[in-house]
Amino acid sequence: MNAALLTVLPLAGTGDAVVPGSSTGDAAVFWVLAPIMVLASLGLLFARKAVYAALSMAVVMVSLGGVYVALEAPFLGMVQVFVYTGAVMMLFLFVLMLVGVDSSDSLVETIRGQRLVGALAAGGFLAFVLVALGRTAWPTPVGLSAVNEAGNITGIAERIFSRYVFAFEMTAALLVVAAIGAMVLAHRERSGERATQRTISENRLKRGQRMTPLPPPGVFARHNAVDTPALLPDGTPSELSVSRVLQARGQTLTTGTLVEHVPAIQEDMDPDGRGSRTHGARLDGKPDDTRPTRPEPHEPAGRSDRADEES
Amino acid sequence: MSAVIPMSGLQAVPATGVESLAWLLVVIPLLSAGVLLLAGRAADRWGHWLGLAASAVAFVVGALVFFSVLGHGAEERARSVAGFSWVPAGTFQVDAGLLVDPLSLSFVLLITFVGTLIHVYSVEYMAHDVDRRRFFAYLNLFIAAMLLLVLADSYLLLYVGWEGVGLASYLLIGFWNHRIEYAVAAKKAFVVNRVGDFGLSLAIMAMFVSFGSVQFDDVLSGAAGASETWLTVIGLLLLLAACGKSAQFPLQSWLGDAMAGPTPVSALIHAATMVTAGVYLVIRSGPIFEGAPAATLAVAVVGAITLLYGAIVGAAKDDIKKALAASTMSQIGYMMLAAGLGPIGYVFAIFHLLTHGFFKAGMFLGAGSVMHGMNDETDMRRFGGLRRVMMLTWVTFGLGWLAIIGVPPFSGFFSKDEIIHAAFEGEGLRPWVLGTITVIGAGITAFYMSRLFFMTFHGRKRWHDGTVAPEPHPHESPVLMVAPMVVLAIGSAALGPVLYYTGALESWLEPVFTAPPELEPVVNLDLVTAVTLLVIVAGVALAFLMYLRRDVPVVAPRGNALTRAARADLYQDDVNDIAFVTTGTAFVRGMGEVDDDLVSRGAVGGVTRSIRAAGAGLSRLQTGFVRSYALSMFAGVALVVGALLITQI
Amino acid sequence: MDLMNWVYLSVVLFTIGGATVLVRRNAIVVFMGVELMLNSANLAFVTFARMHGDLDGQTVALFVMLVAAAEVVIGLAIIMAIFRARRSASVDDANLLKY
Repeated sequence: MNAALLTVLPLAGTGDAVVPGSSTGDAAVFWVLAPIMVLASLGLLFARKAVYAALSMAVVMVSLGGVYVALEAPFLGMVQVFVYTGAVMMLFLFVLMLVGVDSSDSLVETIRGQRLVGALAAGGFLAFVLVALGRTAWPTPVGLSAVNEAGNITGIAERIFSRYVFAFEMTAALLVVAAIGAMVLAHRERSGERATQRTISENRLKRGQRMTPLPPPGVFARHNAVDTPALLPDGTPSELSVSRVLQARGQTLTTGTLVEHVPAIQEDMDPDGRGSRTHGARLDGKPDDTRPTRPEPHEPAGRSDRADEES
Repeated sequence: MSAVIPMSGLQAVPATGVESLAWLLVVIPLLSAGVLLLAGRAADRWGHWLGLAASAVAFVVGALVFFSVLGHGAEERARSVAGFSWVPAGTFQVDAGLLVDPLSLSFVLLITFVGTLIHVYSVEYMAHDVDRRRFFAYLNLFIAAMLLLVLADSYLLLYVGWEGVGLASYLLIGFWNHRIEYAVAAKKAFVVNRVGDFGLSLAIMAMFVSFGSVQFDDVLSGAAGASETWLTVIGLLLLLAACGKSAQFPLQSWLGDAMAGPTPVSALIHAATMVTAGVYLVIRSGPIFEGAPAATLAVAVVGAITLLYGAIVGAAKDDIKKALAASTMSQIGYMMLAAGLGPIGYVFAIFHLLTHGFFKAGMFLGAGSVMHGMNDETDMRRFGGLRRVMMLTWVTFGLGWLAIIGVPPFSGFFSKDEIIHAAFEGEGLRPWVLGTITVIGAGITAFYMSRLFFMTFHGRKRWHDGTVAPEPHPHESPVLMVAPMVVLAIGSAALGPVLYYTGALESWLEPVFTAPPELEPVVNLDLVTAVTLLVIVAGVALAFLMYLRRDVPVVAPRGNALTRAARADLYQDDVNDIAFVTTGTAFVRGMGEVDDDLVSRGAVGGVTRSIRAAGAGLSRLQTGFVRSYALSMFAGVALVVGALLITQI
Repeated sequence: MDLMNWVYLSVVLFTIGGATVLVRRNAIVVFMGVELMLNSANLAFVTFARMHGDLDGQTVALFVMLVAAAEVVIGLAIIMAIFRARRSASVDDANLLKY
């Protein structure tokens, strides 16, 4: 085939004797994209947070798409961007988020000698292969302009649906199996009876848990954001009204700071001081200790509701 | 010995017509045996008839082939039946084919004819045995193997038949293997035969080394140019094989015990056919022995020793079958001696083999008939006077008796006389020694066979003295048993004179053998015949005096030292025990200890220990960290690339 | 510029991907290292396709992408399953199969 292409090439009418890949445009693409890709991949290697690693990986993928286009493989370039950057990398990010951003590993090595030997192996591999490549005599690049004359997609399609048709059909089976496999792996068998509304409420009663819905946050005109606890009828702030995630992160307004604001607020609401006294009985800043404590305060954020329903 | 001339008969021409059906001779009995063994109890009702039919068809095919071959000129009577390429291993090529020539056809006719008669006999003899079908299966297996043995055109194929008859013999000796001593007898026969089989396999290997082939035509025509050393080695190994199969000294000890098998088996396998396979082997390998005078002499010496040995043992045995077995040994000793005389004796060996096949088979069947009427009693001291109640058996047995002791004009006289004459031919001391032994052997044969005959059929009836329970009621056997005996008796009487006076056998076998050199007898042969007859008469007279005139005690007297030794097979078993069994057991036990101490605990144990230690050490590498494994892979890839790089530089 | 530079680049990327597999403990990052290695191989394929003027290289690269996509689906599902069972996405925590 090569010989045939070599004879065809002059007829393709490229005219100039420029060796494919040696043009200035190619060089520009290389010198722009190659450092970006190397740096981004180094980011994958060294980034402390997994999300940063995934994002640098996405950079590499997108750059590779550009490289493919430059290398006369426009179809592959598109697929690279669509499939890899669009689907695969987003799947990675999705799983990363699902697993938890905070599970990013520390860069402290736990296996003795792993890092040193790994660096030696990688460096040795790189050096050996580069030397071996450098010592190899390569043929003069032929280029794909002749082959791509009918269109790159057409050329690839001809191959996929003729010579590689069996392999292509096998990939279909592979993808189906992969999809089913993912479903099997992600599926969780229900261990007990499905909890009905009745059983859930009965369980709540048995455990003495809270019967009513949680109070919504931030009813004060001054602070109606989710990080602001609501005030109970007696004027005490309710910690139940704030998301536990925010509490765990220390991102809520504490009741203490809020209480400091109470006199000023009352001042605003009732400048005459004739307001309802009954409401101000406990406005001394002390928390209301008679309230039931929150159930399972140590449950990780975002998972407690589920655990309640299943138990 | 004269210069060796390859057997002219071995330039075999391809078989045509009915001769190419010779494969059927082997295949039909084999198929029948397979059917009988596989069909199981379902075949119990008709199995024996199938076995009989297979044997009879084999005889018919054999006869057809015989007449077809007879139609050719004397020089064209060796026909080769192409088979298939059996062992195509590089330079070692063995084709499985059949060689149909006068020698093998003689055996084929003997085997199938006597075999069929004995099948007929067995139908009745084994009628009350629940395993009659299995018995016929084994008999057919034997027929097939024996025919393969004599029809094979290479030593390797012969070896297959050789082992096949050994197997069949083992199975049939131990047919009643619920009796432990019978099973032991079968094992003994098998083990002793193995010794001989080793000789044959080594001989085949030696042939391959020296001739590069194991086909008869290659080996036998190549024997002329081979070194005498190799020929002697091969000849002695073949002799060892023959000794094992034909119960010749020093491997004769199994034959007496082999009488444990049913009597038809003794008649067919251990009298008429299988035990003569050794003679066939020696005669078939004639050119090898002609190039190795030492081996030939060894054959004659072995024959002479066994001749006397069997005769002496036979004179002391009280068990009718064991006496006949000893007689068989002795008679095969005659044949071996004749074969050891070189080409001059070959025809006579075959002649005696054929007549012996008839009269000895006939006598065994007679013995079976007697046992049949006597509640399976075999002790001759409890027989006597059976002539009146078993007239036909008496007549047929009597014809066999006259034939074996060499009374003219019965068969044995001609065949044995020829061997005696041949033994006296030659120069120097050898003819005198061998000739004298044959004459003495003839005398002892006359004595012990007469003893057997008189003790069984004449004298006082010793079977109804009240000591035997249940009281036997001897009677003549049924017609199916008597008919084969009659046929064989006619053969015993007539085969010898017919073949002798027509010269048919000599002219028939003549193209197979080298022309014997003209040798002068050392004495007048007529004188030899006269002396032989005198000796025979003396033997019969002695037996008459000792066992007919005098009463035969039911309990054997102690006897003199020679009698006691002969009763104990001349202590052959004890010699074997001391020489081989005891030392062999001790040796094996010692090797077992060496094996335990050095090999098992030392070498093998050391290997396991070191491997276990190495495994324990290497398993530390299994950290469970997938990154460690990935690291070793990556480092390995780097090393491989580096190694490739280095080798390229 | 030499077309071989792309090959050198692919070797560098491959090595970095391999080093990621060796060094990082987060299973997802390790997996991304594997993806980087596959992509560098694709780059070499595409480069050689151009060098030899033969679309076979691009076709193979396409198949590699297909297989990699299937592999990602399964691999991430396995990581999810392990995480659900062990509350950890570290490859070092799944080390029970050992001496």
